Amino acid sequence: MVSGTLKGTTNGTSNNAARQATPAGRDDASSLRVVDVAKHFVAPDGADVHALEKCSLSVAAGEMVSLVGPSGCGKSTLLRLLAGLDRPSSGELWAGAERIEGPSAQRGLVFQDPNLFPWLTVRKNIQSGLVARGVLRERRHEVEDFLRLVGLEPFANAYPHQLSGGMAQRVALARALVNHPKVLLLDEPLGALDAFTRMRMQDEVLRLWRARGTTMLLVTHDIDEAIYMCDRIVLMTPRPGRIERIIDVQLERPRQRNSPDFLALRAEILEELHFAGRSAPVSR
Amino acid sequence: MPAHGIATLVADATQPADVESPAAASPAQNSQADRAAVAAPAATPPGKVARFGAVAFAPTVAAAIALAVHRWVPNGQKIDQPTRLYPRLLLILLVAGVVVGLTQQLWRRIKPTPWNFPLAFVSNALHWCVASAPVLAAGILLLCAWDLVTLKLALVPLPYFPGPDAVFQTLVNDWASSGQGQPGLAECMTSSLFLLLSGYFVGSFLGVVCGVMIGWFPAARYWGVPVMKLVGPVPATALIPMALMLFRNPTLSAVWLIALAVWFPVTMLTLSGVMNVRASYLDVARTLGAGRAYLIFRVALPAALPNIFVGLFMGLGSSFLTLVVAEGVGVQAGLGWYIDWARAYSDYAKVYAALIIMAAYFSTIMTLLFRVRDHVLVWQKGVIKW
Repeated sequence: MVSGTLKGTTNGTSNNAARQATPAGRDDASSLRVVDVAKHFVAPDGADVHALEKCSLSVAAGEMVSLVGPSGCGKSTLLRLLAGLDRPSSGELWAGAERIEGPSAQRGLVFQDPNLFPWLTVRKNIQSGLVARGVLRERRHEVEDFLRLVGLEPFANAYPHQLSGGMAQRVALARALVNHPKVLLLDEPLGALDAFTRMRMQDEVLRLWRARGTTMLLVTHDIDEAIYMCDRIVLMTPRPGRIERIIDVQLERPRQRNSPDFLALRAEILEELHFAGRSAPVSR
Repeated sequence: MPAHGIATLVADATQPADVESPAAASPAQNSQADRAAVAAPAATPPGKVARFGAVAFAPTVAAAIALAVHRWVPNGQKIDQPTRLYPRLLLILLVAGVVVGLTQQLWRRIKPTPWNFPLAFVSNALHWCVASAPVLAAGILLLCAWDLVTLKLALVPLPYFPGPDAVFQTLVNDWASSGQGQPGLAECMTSSLFLLLSGYFVGSFLGVVCGVMIGWFPAARYWGVPVMKLVGPVPATALIPMALMLFRNPTLSAVWLIALAVWFPVTMLTLSGVMNVRASYLDVARTLGAGRAYLIFRVALPAALPNIFVGLFMGLGSSFLTLVVAEGVGVQAGLGWYIDWARAYSDYAKVYAALIIMAAYFSTIMTLLFRVRDHVLVWQKGVIKW
């Protein structure tokens, strides 16, 4: 139970080791590398908060990896660091051969709250990435493709306040995808949706992932969602936030939510999180 | 419906709380109310529709009462030459009321129409007349009460409180020229409008620029906030002597004062809007590849717009105040000047005439700003309630 050094602890497959060994998959910038990263905050009351302690992680190009753990385990912090929105207190973050120094259109980010710009229509929200990079004129035709991709053509001219939660989140996805990011960072993107919308959206995200081959890093506290969607599951524990264990999910796709293997893996992860939560204070 | 007796008409006319009036009271809700009405026509009981029709005649009834009072109650105040203007106005209102009421009866019920529909303007104007019939009637009755208190019963002394008749006559007489070679009301209105608009646009433009700078750049905040704190709360009107001295030209100094009066609230509200932009909007924009210009002009500025409009409304109010005061000093035309000048001659009919114009004028400008706000902040629909 030593923090940080557990990065290699996987559910034992050569497959995963091979994936990690290859530094670059199809595309260099699509892989992510987190090397000994720590992040400390100073809380409003002056206390030093260790949001993330010595984390290391590699994500291969085209992989779908989820970060799972109770709140306060630093999974959102790690995602913000990868997005380049925050700088680490120590350690390095790499996107392919390039060090992450700030936000980039190469790494799209989708929050739990869709955060659509309320003053723009659906179409203009999706366009905003193109406008921001000054390539709207050449790439305007793609906007319609993305509208179609997320099935929101009839709502192209609606304002965000007229959309349901699921529709808004689909727009947020399309807005992040319009820049063709190499990596998509998803911070509990489906957390605020009801169970049915959520399952439909999971399939939708999977469809996008398969179609586009984008590397995806998904933060969630829904273990079922992690097992259903991801190649690997990174279990994290809080106080201080660190990576506890990395689990390979080797179930056939499309996965069955009630297959025995699925349920067994689910039980295992629950056990692991429970166990970790109980023993962590003791071992420190 | 036409079978309604006159007694019912009067009874209905005096009943202010009509089924439709809440919807008419706030134009923002009109369309929703309309949609609801279209969606469920059967839900409206026929009796209510019928009464709605009768209320359309309320202004007519009120005008008739006012006309009767003016015609048959003997004059209490001594006036040189009674004019026909006020009774004529009432007569026009009466006839118009009958026409609108009858149209309403014939068409059964005029609904607000989408603006792309042919004759939508006529239909919507008619609907407005019918929907605000109780308010119009109350206004006419207020005129009648004014007439009674002043001209008819002479409850208040004359040079200070002329009747509606005298005031309306002044409005017409002074339209082109106020006599003694002084500019008339029309010229005063254009002059005031010029001062107001130039001052307002300069002030609000500078306010938005300063607000964005101070809200966005820490350095601008460090140097700008102390200036804001010192200069902002000083009423622009207190700076009149300084403005006159600085600019020599009274028109220029008035523009400067109005701009200053607008600048402060617009700057304050803009900077608070920019500083309070949700951090996640900026985060999202940055992950979409936005540079600084995009963050300022396409995220912070639109996100601050609701706040900016609050500042623009506050600025408009203080610009009216500053306009009227500044016009009293040095400028040789304008509504503020006109009031000052008329008061010096104790011609109170002119004062009231100018006040009526001012009320109509300023409320129109205010309404226009509301329209602009509704258009610009259409994305906030359902959020804003003012």
